[in-house]
Amino acid sequence: MSSPAEPLLSVRDLHTSFPIHSALLRRKVGEVHAVSGVSFDLPAGRTLGLVGESGSGKTTLARTVIGLERPRSGQVLFDGRDLVTLSGRRRGAKAAELRRIRRQIQMIFQDPYASLNPRLTVRQIISEAWMINPGVVPRHRWTAEVNDLLARVGLNPDHADRYPHQFSGGQRQRIGIARALALRPRLVICDEAVSALDVSVQAQVLNLLVDLQADLGLSYLFIAHDLSVVRHISNQVAVMYLGKLVETGTTDQIFTAPVHPYTQALLSAVPVTRPWAAPPRQQIILTGDIPSPVSPPSGCRFRTRCWKAQPRCASEEPVLAHRLGDHPSACHFPELPAQPQPAAVGAR
Amino acid sequence: MDHPLLSVQDLTVQFRTRAGTITAVDRVSFDLAEGETLAILGETGSGKSVTAQAVMGLVPRPAGQVTGGRIIYDGTDLLTRPPSEARRLNGTELAMVFQDPLSSLNPVLRVGAQIGELFRRRRGASRAEARRKAIELMDRVGIPAAARRVDDYPHQFSGGMRQRVMIAMALALQPRLLIADEPTTALDVTVQAQIMALLADLKAEHRMAMILISHDLGVVAGVADRAMLMYAGRVVETGELREVYETTAHPYTRGLMASIPELDGPRERLQPIPGAPPDLMRLPSGCPFRPRCAYATDICASQPPTLAAVPTRPDSHRAACHHAEEVLADVVAG
Amino acid sequence: MDRTTGQVPPTDQALVAPPAGDPAGPVDTPPPDADPLAGRPRGTIGRLRIIGSLVVVACYVVAAVVGPILLQYDPVATDLKARLQPPGTRLPDGSLAVFGTDQVGQDVLAQMMQGARVSITVGVATLVLAGLIGVTAGLVSGYFGGWLDAVLMRLADVQLTFPSILLAIFIASILGPSVVNVVIVLSISNWVTFARVTRSQVLALKERDYVDATRTLGAGTWHLITRSILPASIAPILVVATVELGHVILAEASLSFLGLGTPASTPSWGMTIANGRDYLSNAWWISTIPGIGLAILVISFGVLGDALRDRFDPRLRSM
Repeated sequence: MSSPAEPLLSVRDLHTSFPIHSALLRRKVGEVHAVSGVSFDLPAGRTLGLVGESGSGKTTLARTVIGLERPRSGQVLFDGRDLVTLSGRRRGAKAAELRRIRRQIQMIFQDPYASLNPRLTVRQIISEAWMINPGVVPRHRWTAEVNDLLARVGLNPDHADRYPHQFSGGQRQRIGIARALALRPRLVICDEAVSALDVSVQAQVLNLLVDLQADLGLSYLFIAHDLSVVRHISNQVAVMYLGKLVETGTTDQIFTAPVHPYTQALLSAVPVTRPWAAPPRQQIILTGDIPSPVSPPSGCRFRTRCWKAQPRCASEEPVLAHRLGDHPSACHFPELPAQPQPAAVGAR
Repeated sequence: MDHPLLSVQDLTVQFRTRAGTITAVDRVSFDLAEGETLAILGETGSGKSVTAQAVMGLVPRPAGQVTGGRIIYDGTDLLTRPPSEARRLNGTELAMVFQDPLSSLNPVLRVGAQIGELFRRRRGASRAEARRKAIELMDRVGIPAAARRVDDYPHQFSGGMRQRVMIAMALALQPRLLIADEPTTALDVTVQAQIMALLADLKAEHRMAMILISHDLGVVAGVADRAMLMYAGRVVETGELREVYETTAHPYTRGLMASIPELDGPRERLQPIPGAPPDLMRLPSGCPFRPRCAYATDICASQPPTLAAVPTRPDSHRAACHHAEEVLADVVAG
Repeated sequence: MDRTTGQVPPTDQALVAPPAGDPAGPVDTPPPDADPLAGRPRGTIGRLRIIGSLVVVACYVVAAVVGPILLQYDPVATDLKARLQPPGTRLPDGSLAVFGTDQVGQDVLAQMMQGARVSITVGVATLVLAGLIGVTAGLVSGYFGGWLDAVLMRLADVQLTFPSILLAIFIASILGPSVVNVVIVLSISNWVTFARVTRSQVLALKERDYVDATRTLGAGTWHLITRSILPASIAPILVVATVELGHVILAEASLSFLGLGTPASTPSWGMTIANGRDYLSNAWWISTIPGIGLAILVISFGVLGDALRDRFDPRLRSM
C-alpha cells in the first residue's frame, strides 16, 4: 500500500445512530446503531471502495462524512481538520471554515431520476452550487463554467437549458456528476453511483469517473454493492458488516487473499459470467439475513451467519487488526481462502 | 424439439402512449422445452419483461395490446383462449415471480393465508390442510422456522425472505413453467446467490421449465441452458447460453460483455457501448442497434437484419446482424 | 431540434427532443419494462371539466367586476311601487328586472352582481390569509418537526374536531359584522387544510435525493425551503385552494345569512337570501335565484378543484 503521509480523509471511531421513537408518546425506545466505530484513511487522489450488504451502514457512513447525518461520536478529519467539532456552530468563523471545507466534499447519488430537481434546468441545477457558495465562481462566469462542466462530463453544452426529464438515465447521472464537480471538490462520495444504470451505460460512467480522477486528482469514496465494479475502480477496499468494518486492504489484498469469512462469502456470491471458464471456486452460500442493527449480536456481529463461529466469538469482539496476511481483519479465526481466489492481475 | 412446452411465434406487443404507438415486442419467437431454462436478457426498454407479461396474459390494458403472433402452450394458443380459461392456467400451469416481492404480496394478509389460499381456491383444500401445505412449501423454499412464520405479515420478512414467499406461492400448484422477472435485482449479492441456488434446485427437482428475465449476464449464467438477447423489442441473438457468451455473433452482445467489469478479469479500461438504449418512439431505420454499432455499414440502415444461423453452431445459435461473421471472427480472435 | 452526436466521447448520444406541442410529456424512452401506464390520468373529459368550470367561474368574475357598473345598486334605496315583482317584469322606471325585485323594490340581479363582488373578494382575501398562515405553519411543522410540529398539529386536530361553521359563528359574534372580520373569521377556520397539505408535501419532499443533493452543496434552510421544497408543493396547495374557495364563499354566505357576516352596506348573497326568506311563499325568486347562483359557483369550484387534482396530483384524492 503506497499511502502518502497525510490522508485526505481520515475517519476515527465514528458512531452514528438513529433514535427509535414509540408511536404513541414519541419516547425514545431504542437506537439503530447504523455505524458503530468505523475508522479508515483515504489518501488524496485514491479511491476507497466500501462494500457490504444493504443494512451494513455504508450509506449512513457516507452521509455522516458529508454532513447529512450527525455522528454521535468520533472524528471526521478532512485535511487534518475535524468536521465534527467544527459543525457545532451556525455562525462565526468556525461555521465559515466548515462551509469552506464541506465545499470540497461532494456526492454523487444513486438515483439519477430522484437526485435532480425536476423543476430546474440543467444550468440552474449546476449553478445552484455557486449561488449557495458565493465567491467560488463569479456570476459572469457561470454560463461559461456550466458549459465547461457539461463538456467535461460528456454532455452537449447546448442542452444546458433543458430539464432533467429530457435526458436519459445515463445522461442524468452525468448531470449529477457535473453538479458534484461545480464546487471543485477534492473528495467525491459516490453512493451506488452506477447501480441504477443499464450495463452498457454503467461502463461509460465508470470510465468517466476514472478519467475525472486522473484529470482533477479527485479522491473517491466509492460505495457499491457490486463487487466487480468496486474491484474495477478502487485502490483500496473496506468491507462493512452491520456497522463495522470487518476487513480492509488494497484491492488486490481483499480480492485475492481475503481472510475474513464474510469477505470470502461475499466474493463467492458474485455471479461469474463464464462459470465454465472460471477456476473452480468454493461457493459459500450464507444462510439468513443481516441481523437488525437495533440489537446487534454480542461479540462478533457476523457470528450468527458464520460457519466458523466458536463460543469465543459471542463473548469477545474481534477488533480490526493485522492478524493474518498483510492487511487488517476483524475475525478471531482468520484463514486464507481454501481455493485460490481468482487472481487480480494487472492494474488499470 | 417436436413438441415444445411453450412456443412463442412472431409475438408483437404494442403500447399506445400520448405521443404515439410503440412496439415494445417486435415479432419475437422462441421455443421452450419441458424442463429447460431460458434466459431473456436485455436492458431497459428491450421488451424482455413485456414478453413475459404477454405469456402470462398480464400485458397492462388498455394501453398495451398483443397485436400479433401466437403463444402456444402445450399445443393450444393462449391468445385465442377465453380469458377465464387463461386465468385458470395461471398458477396451475404457469406461474410468475416478480422483481419487487413487497408490492406483489397483499400487505394485510398473513403470508400463510396467501399461500394457503391457492390450495383452498384451486384445490379445494380445507383450512388446516392449506396451512399445513403452506408451512411445507415455506420450509421447502428455505424460510427458517416456517411453522412460526406462517402467521407473519409480509412486512415482517426481509427482502430475500419475501422473494422466497413469492417463489413458494409460484410453486404451490406445481406449475410446469415458472417465469422469474428480475427475481434478484432488488436483493443483496449474498441473498441473490441463495435465491439463484434455490431456483436451480427447484428446477432440477420438479423438471420445471423456467424463463429467467434479467439485465445481468452473470446472474443467469450458472442456471440457464439457453440465452436470448433482446434489443429494442427484437431478438438480436439466441442460442445455448455458453455458445452465445463464448462465440458471440452480435455486436450488442459483444458490447455488453465488454461493458461488464469481471471479478476474475484484468482490471483494464472498460469498453462501453457508446450511446444510450434507443427511444422506441424514434427507432432508426434498418437495424435498431446501428447508431451504437462499430460494425454498421450502409446495408444496416436499409435492411433490418433477421435472425440467421451462426456458422459455429448452425443448429441452435442464431444472430440478427448483417455482420455476424465479422463479429464472430473478432470474438474468436479475442 | 438538434441532436448531439460525436462530441466529447463517450456519450449517451441521441438526446431526444420533446415532441412539439407537448413540452411537459416524458420524452425519455418510454420504458415498457417499467410501467407503461405511468402518467397522469388526463384526456378530453378532464380537459372539458377544467375548461367548463373555468368558463363558469369567469362569468361570475366578469359579472362581479362589470355588473355593478352597468346596473347601479344602492343598498339603502327603496322603491315601494316596484316591490316584489316577478322575474322578467318591466319596472315603472322602464328598466327590465330580469330576476325580479325584492321586498323594497331593489333589482335582484343588481344585488346579486354586487353580492358576487363581495363574496369573491371575501373568498379570495380569506384564501390568501388562510393560505399564508396555513402554508407557513405547514412548512415550519413539516421541515423542523419536533415540539413545534407536535403543537401545531395538535392545534389543527383540535380545530378539526370542532365544526368550523360553529367556530366561525362564535368568533364572528365576538368580533361583530364587517368585511375584514369575516375574512379573519373564515381564515381562522380554514388554515388547517393548508397546513396539513403543505406539511405532508414537505415531509415527503425533504427526504428526496435532490433536496439532499442541494444540502450537500451547503444550502441553508431558507434556500432549501424556497428553492427546493416550496416550488414542488405549490401545485397541491393550489388544488386545495380551489376547492376551499367554494367552501369559503359558502361559509361567508352562511354567516351573512345568519346576520354575522358582512354589514348591510355591503350586501352579500347570504344576506339577499336571508332577506327573501319571509317572502318565499309569494316571491320565491328573492331567495331562490341567488341561492342557485351561489350553488352553481360553489359546484364549479368543486369541479375545477377535482379536475386539477386529478391532473396534478392524483394522490391527494383522499383529502
